[in-house]
Amino acid sequence: MPELGRAALVVTLGLSAYALVAGAAAAMLGRRRLALSARNALIGAFASTLVASVVLAAAFVRDDFSFTYVAGHSNRSLGGIYKLSAFWGGQEGSLLLWLLILTGYSALAVWLNRRRARDLVVWVVPVLAGICVGFGWLLVAVASPFVVQAAPLDGAGLNPSLQNPYMMSHPPFLYLGYVGLSVPFAFAMGALLSGRTDERWIVATRRWTLLAWTALGIGQLLGSHWAYVEVGWGGYYAWDPVENAALMPFLAATAFLHSVMIQEKRGMLKVWNVVLVSLAFCLSLFGTFLTRSGVVNSIHSFTQSDIGPWFLAFIILAVAFATSLILWRLPLLRSRTRLESLVSREAVFLYNNLLLIALCLTILWGVAWPILSEAVRGQSVVVGRPYYDFFLRIFGLPLLFLMGVGPLIAWRRASLRGLLRTFAWPGGVALGTGVVLLALGAGSSIPGLIAYTFSAFVLATITVEFVRGTRARRALSRESWLVAFASLVGRNRRRYGGYVVHAAVVLLAVGIAGSSAYDSVTEGKLSPGQSLAVADYRLTYEKLSERDTEHATEVRARVAVERGGKDLGTLEAGKNSYKIAGPDPQVSSEVGIRTDYATGEDLFVIAEQVNGDGSVYFRVFVKPLVNLIWLAGLVFLLGSVITLWPDAREERRLAVRYDEAGSPASSR
Amino acid sequence: MTLALVLGGLLAVACVVLVSLPFLRDPDPASDELGALTDEERRRLGLAEERDRALAALQELEADHRAGRINDEDYRASVGTLRREAAAALSALRPSDEQGTAS
Repeated sequence: MPELGRAALVVTLGLSAYALVAGAAAAMLGRRRLALSARNALIGAFASTLVASVVLAAAFVRDDFSFTYVAGHSNRSLGGIYKLSAFWGGQEGSLLLWLLILTGYSALAVWLNRRRARDLVVWVVPVLAGICVGFGWLLVAVASPFVVQAAPLDGAGLNPSLQNPYMMSHPPFLYLGYVGLSVPFAFAMGALLSGRTDERWIVATRRWTLLAWTALGIGQLLGSHWAYVEVGWGGYYAWDPVENAALMPFLAATAFLHSVMIQEKRGMLKVWNVVLVSLAFCLSLFGTFLTRSGVVNSIHSFTQSDIGPWFLAFIILAVAFATSLILWRLPLLRSRTRLESLVSREAVFLYNNLLLIALCLTILWGVAWPILSEAVRGQSVVVGRPYYDFFLRIFGLPLLFLMGVGPLIAWRRASLRGLLRTFAWPGGVALGTGVVLLALGAGSSIPGLIAYTFSAFVLATITVEFVRGTRARRALSRESWLVAFASLVGRNRRRYGGYVVHAAVVLLAVGIAGSSAYDSVTEGKLSPGQSLAVADYRLTYEKLSERDTEHATEVRARVAVERGGKDLGTLEAGKNSYKIAGPDPQVSSEVGIRTDYATGEDLFVIAEQVNGDGSVYFRVFVKPLVNLIWLAGLVFLLGSVITLWPDAREERRLAVRYDEAGSPASSR
Repeated sequence: MTLALVLGGLLAVACVVLVSLPFLRDPDPASDELGALTDEERRRLGLAEERDRALAALQELEADHRAGRINDEDYRASVGTLRREAAAALSALRPSDEQGTAS
């Protein structure tokens, strides 16, 4: 039923356009029923987008190859669950997923705030509707997933490398993050449009920002794990423009989550916060533009792309809209409070913000440079890994250090004596760790050694924070250690959830430093019976086998693994050739990974080339501590859940505040 | 095709009803004005935010001092200012007649 899908998208576009115009008119004229009508239109837009999405999903499930999009991204032999993930395997489906999440978030955000923040929501509706119009227009007029054709017997299938559980979940998580940033952006713009620049837009969007940020973080880790196990080049992050596209809004949102605390605690940085939230949203649009317009491959594929110019116009419009509004409302955003000392928690948060944004803009420049150079000089100059690695160390290591300083330093100002006393323990632990690691030979990589030392410092500060907090709580309430600990976290979810997230960042930093600064690699062509050594491992190539399955021909080279004379079993690495109709055979590299769970180390084997004479060209890595990166994902999720968990005391406090002020406020 | 058109038509009609609902439910309202904040309510909201900020900062300072995160010197340097700020915000939020009685 492609007609129903097309009609549903037209209805979405119509409702969004109505919500934009009627919502803006209602807000300007102060008309209650018109505002309600615009809000209902936004909710209706979600319902109609859901109908369009169900139509497309049903076409995938039913192998309806009369849908050009379905024929291009699925086939009859595709496994059931991958038939659904093929939904977002291409451009049109991805855009539909974007619109589905956007309309869903929009409907939910305006519904949840319908009573308590109605004077703000009335301005939020047209902003969200404007974004929906942009994506609705792309889907109706430029890149419709409901184009039909004479149905072929079978479809082209889904790219084999996308047939992976991580790749199934990676795009939806990224989109939940990208699109989630629309909500705080819309509330910030709504606050500026209405002139209500008090804290309510922050209170209303606190959880939305955290949710979007968490989804972006998890989405990136899922993508990294997919690259690690599926792409088969031996790494997990290649500074690819598409990867950077997700990292940039994540960094901007991280800066926002920290700086917004300064506004809440000290009433400062109001301008900076609306700038950051706008930057995060515009970067999420830019990220989608990068991945969808073809501009990454070449400026020519961008100009030939259907959606590229539209997307660029949309981004320019969003940037111009946000910039003009911020400039217009500057007088309302001026803060009466000033930074009292450069040695205070708010100052540390500010330094953290500057480093995060510097890193974000450096990555943006690296992504934009090939595009700009091709546009200006006709030749694309690619910025390589050394550029990104250099700036990651320059900005990332001080950021890691500040993560340890921030929690322990006092608000407003801190005395030298106080600092010395506070940092004596964590500083001592860090120094001791550095000296021990140096003695153990970690000095072969200075950035690695610094990263480990700073990580020890941060972990020590987090531990000190938990211990001191629990001890004080126990002394006050005479609870057991466990109850006092749970009560401490439960009563300060944002603070202690944040520390858990910091612990995740430490695990990530240690995993990255270990696997990149202290890894070992070797390569060589082996015939059966021959061996190669890497770090303290010895690998012996045993034999080559070939299996014919329903979907692919699988070639595997089996290697026996030893360490220190101890037999560790065998590993298999090879290639899959997929049986897919088309001129180019689709081949994937299937790597062999042996994980040492005690040390977090991986032995990673790639069969680079399988030769006709049975010899195989192997590339083998030993990656110390790499599994801490994936563990960091779980800890990050735990910290985010603690932070996101509703806090009844906070809700009551906000309710009292807004009741007293007589304002229609929000606690969500 | 026919079924799709019928379903599409139904969807469109349902959306039109949803959008018209506020006007259908309340065709002749006593007032169609949006409940915007008055200047006084905005002023009080600002004061309530200031009060909560000062009280939260005071509470955090006390907790940090009790836990040993902040030494006596830093505590004494901040506590007076925070108490004054909280008291000023509380006093400004009190209705004017109550303030008169208190003074």
